[in-house]
Amino acid sequence: MVGVDDMLSVENLSVSYGAIKALHGISLRVERGEIVTLIGSNGAGKTTTLRTISGLVRAAAGSISFEGVPIGKLPPHQIVRMGIAQAPEGRGVFANMSVDENLSLGAYARHDKEQIDKDRQRALELFPRLRERLAQSAGTLSGGEQQMLAIARALLARPKLMLLDEPSLGLAPQVVATIFKIIREINAGGTTILLVEQNAHMALNVAHRAYVLEVGKIAMEGPAAELAKSDEVRRAYLGHG
Amino acid sequence: MTQFLQTLFDGLTVGSLYALIALGYTMVYGILKFINFAHSDVFALGVWMTIVWSKWLGLGQPGAAPTPWYMGALVLVLAMASCGLVGFVIERVAYKPLRSAPRLNVLITAIGVSLLLQNTGQLKFVFGPYPKPIPSLIDSTELFSMMGVSVRMADVAVIGTAAALMIAMQWLIFGTKLGAAMRAVSFNTRNASLMGINVDLVISFTFVVGSMLAAAAGFLYAMKYEGQAKQTADSMWVMLGLKAFVAAVVGGIGNVRGAVIGGLLIGLIEFFGVSYLSSHYRDAYVFAILILVLLLRPEGVLGKATVEKV
Ligand SMILES: Nc1ncnc2c1ncn2[C@@H]1O[C@H](COP(=O)(O)OP(=O)(O)OP(=O)(O)O)[C@@H](O)[C@H]1O
Ligand SMILES: [Mg+2]
Repeated sequence: MVGVDDMLSVENLSVSYGAIKALHGISLRVERGEIVTLIGSNGAGKTTTLRTISGLVRAAAGSISFEGVPIGKLPPHQIVRMGIAQAPEGRGVFANMSVDENLSLGAYARHDKEQIDKDRQRALELFPRLRERLAQSAGTLSGGEQQMLAIARALLARPKLMLLDEPSLGLAPQVVATIFKIIREINAGGTTILLVEQNAHMALNVAHRAYVLEVGKIAMEGPAAELAKSDEVRRAYLGHG
Repeated sequence: MTQFLQTLFDGLTVGSLYALIALGYTMVYGILKFINFAHSDVFALGVWMTIVWSKWLGLGQPGAAPTPWYMGALVLVLAMASCGLVGFVIERVAYKPLRSAPRLNVLITAIGVSLLLQNTGQLKFVFGPYPKPIPSLIDSTELFSMMGVSVRMADVAVIGTAAALMIAMQWLIFGTKLGAAMRAVSFNTRNASLMGINVDLVISFTFVVGSMLAAAAGFLYAMKYEGQAKQTADSMWVMLGLKAFVAAVVGGIGNVRGAVIGGLLIGLIEFFGVSYLSSHYRDAYVFAILILVLLLRPEGVLGKATVEKV
């Protein structure tokens, strides 16, 4: 199962919150250059999966390796330094700080000042709305703008793998379309992406491969285009009777 | 007029000491959301470190030559370093294991640490139970008198050093990368760690800096009250620490600028109360203000009203 090109490989991961078991031994992998999406309904365990990869939650069993290195026991800040950045659920912007400061925090672990400036310019080209609001406090941004900031900030970590947790949540359709267009651009620029979504339609459209998570277990996996055609997925996640 | 100016000057001098201590309370609260009750003991330790290091260096003892300013500064640095180390150890040993425990547990632990420090200090081989005189590191005669206000060298040193430290803190917190990390951790620890910030390191750093400021306040207190004999476990230390805590709350707990304003405010209220109303109620004025602020503006002068996070 483990391919040579695997950037991220998660094996038999189980995670519990006290007595509540959120993940029952899931396995998934992300190859270099891919967009992989993890879809599933509320409480399926999508956020838990991303949190565990980022080191915010410890697994009860199973393993996570990134570029062949086990990262399951590393603290979050070291995982960021290895090249995994996350735009978390609920955007997680620092509302008490300016947009500019939020972006700088994205690059906190880096010291290559020139490249950081270039990356900042590129992020602001992807999200021109943010450039106009650099001095504004992040807490006063609209939901869509906060999501843009969360993604731009993750980009400033110059990650090899970007984890996105429901970037479309609560956004107007046009904004969702913009965000997905940018996700594609980021991927085209060489960043591998693991995208968690409830918006299965958009996610399957943008992703190369997909996993369907149901109450802590992987129920289906395969090329995104194939899953989008499967009856089960169409019925459960795409709203087709 | 003279009485007014003198009171203003004294209030600001003592207020700047409260402000330095209040900064430690407020920074720790901002990051870990609990009141570090052991902080007033770190301040008292700052006074004791000043006594101990001065004695060890033979400075400011009866009959000794006047202390050159740079030796005084050395004592300040040594006191700050010792207390910074103690603050580091307190956080690692007592608070870090409780990072995800309920805040009440941490609060009770803080009271325990406070009692431990007080009682350890009284041990014979530590500072001992008997009063010790504060060394005279600074010339205590009047430097100059302006419009009837008498200004001593010690007062200038207190206000000058306190102001310099507070400006340095302002720069650290709002002008450096580390300061941005401290504000990020204070806003949301989990998301801060997703930025690649080493949260444990930032928390340790916060404790060290807070303890160093308390030590500086202890040193400056010793400057102001040089020659007086002080006891290791005196309720006065607790009272001073408590007033600094009130200052942090009045300014808006968790807000560093608020701590400075609160400290100065509490100092002024205390001294104007003593000078114009009655000296019997020195402490009562401070707590009356606390009650007033909690009733009218519970988030403090500069604090933002926040909904308790779940
Ligand atoms: N901190 C926590 N403590 C206890 N249980 C939790 C915690 N976080 C998540 N859970 C539980 O774990 C399960 C998976 O939650 P998770 O947040 O991973 O789901 P999700 O797929 O991201 O859902 P959503 O689409 O609603 O965001 C849920 O049953 C949830 O109640
Ligand atoms: Mg979720």
